[in-house]
Amino acid sequence: MASLKDLRNRIASVKATQKITKAMQMVAAAKLRKAQEAAESARPYAERMGAVLANMATAAAGAEGTPKLIAGTGRDDVHLLVVCTAERGLCGGFNSSIARLARDHARELLAEGKTVKLYLVGKKGYDLMRREFSDNIVERIDFRGVRQMSFGEARQVGRKVLDMFEAGEFDVATLFYSRFRTVITQVPTVQRIIPADVPEGTEMISDGSVYEHEPSEEEILADLLPRNVSIQIFRALLENGASEQGARMSAMDSATRNAGEMIDGLTLSYNRQRQAQITKELIEIISGAEAL
Amino acid sequence: MAETFQFDLVSPERLLMSDPVEQVTVPGADGQFTVLKGHAPFLTTLKPGVLDIRSEDGASQRIYVRGGFADVNASGLTVLAEQAMPMEEVNAEIMAQQITDAQEDLADAGDDADKRAVAQKRLDDLKDIQRWLKVE
Repeated sequence: MASLKDLRNRIASVKATQKITKAMQMVAAAKLRKAQEAAESARPYAERMGAVLANMATAAAGAEGTPKLIAGTGRDDVHLLVVCTAERGLCGGFNSSIARLARDHARELLAEGKTVKLYLVGKKGYDLMRREFSDNIVERIDFRGVRQMSFGEARQVGRKVLDMFEAGEFDVATLFYSRFRTVITQVPTVQRIIPADVPEGTEMISDGSVYEHEPSEEEILADLLPRNVSIQIFRALLENGASEQGARMSAMDSATRNAGEMIDGLTLSYNRQRQAQITKELIEIISGAEAL
Repeated sequence: MAETFQFDLVSPERLLMSDPVEQVTVPGADGQFTVLKGHAPFLTTLKPGVLDIRSEDGASQRIYVRGGFADVNASGLTVLAEQAMPMEEVNAEIMAQQITDAQEDLADAGDDADKRAVAQKRLDDLKDIQRWLKVE
């Protein structure tokens, strides 16, 4: 049985922890609002880009010399998995659920005899993946010093992916991130970025009218497709940012609640023990008096 | 009063503008062009330059864009800009920074002739704008 002093110390330490988790929760809530705004304001661009791309891709499909970024290399032997995770932990299952999804995917591909290469964005992803796939990691990057993700960071990642593609280092690229749905639900998501995945049901703007292109259609596609890769990565990073804060907020909320419960339990046993000790002392005095 | 059409200006970070306007002059890669209502469907890349927008009430607004796409279709004009900011916010310092960036890109391009050409062109366009800013 712990002594009264031990109990007092434990209560004090749990209270201190509770203060920290509470503070983290509030910080996450404030950051979440900003991250959510950023993710939402990036959507129109990505959507319009998707619409333009869908238009041009359907027009270009089947034609001779379709760019490789749409048509693929014609093989699917080497897969590049771009796994986006957070820089910090203490955000519930956020990092591990993305890592688990990527790991399952990688194992499946390996079982089929394909080559898997990993590009890890974010420090936590590296920590989680290096044990099993240390030989497959070709590249990693973290944005620890970056406060607010801007398009510049995404372009940096995108350019690297494109350079590798042009050098023929992989055939298919897949992006792993967590889509932000609500504060309590984040959905780990897989998205193919090379060859470009034209989303089903994208609203077609062209009503059969013939577009004029300037410069030529090929040149526009050559400019648009690489940019699309960066845009998709940018979007993933922003969604991830919002998801991370959401996950951290709910994780810290339940940690704060847990700490509260623990404090209640500890206080109860502390009081009980204190009372028991008083009673014991009383009995000692009374029995001492009676003995006289 | 001329008829208006829907004009959207979006950058990767946010939606900057979504209003009915009367006319917009766009710096296309092969030359400037002006869009009025009923323009034929048209898709083009942009070079760094200035969007000149005349809105419904005749007020005009100028926005600096650095590359991107313009898409004209039946529903209006959509400009997907790589970077965009109102002309009032653009000053010599920002332009100098952009030119430095472009010069770095050119240096990074190395021996790749295509990349060099693209970077060189961008640098020239930016220098044009800088000259033009100084004249104003």
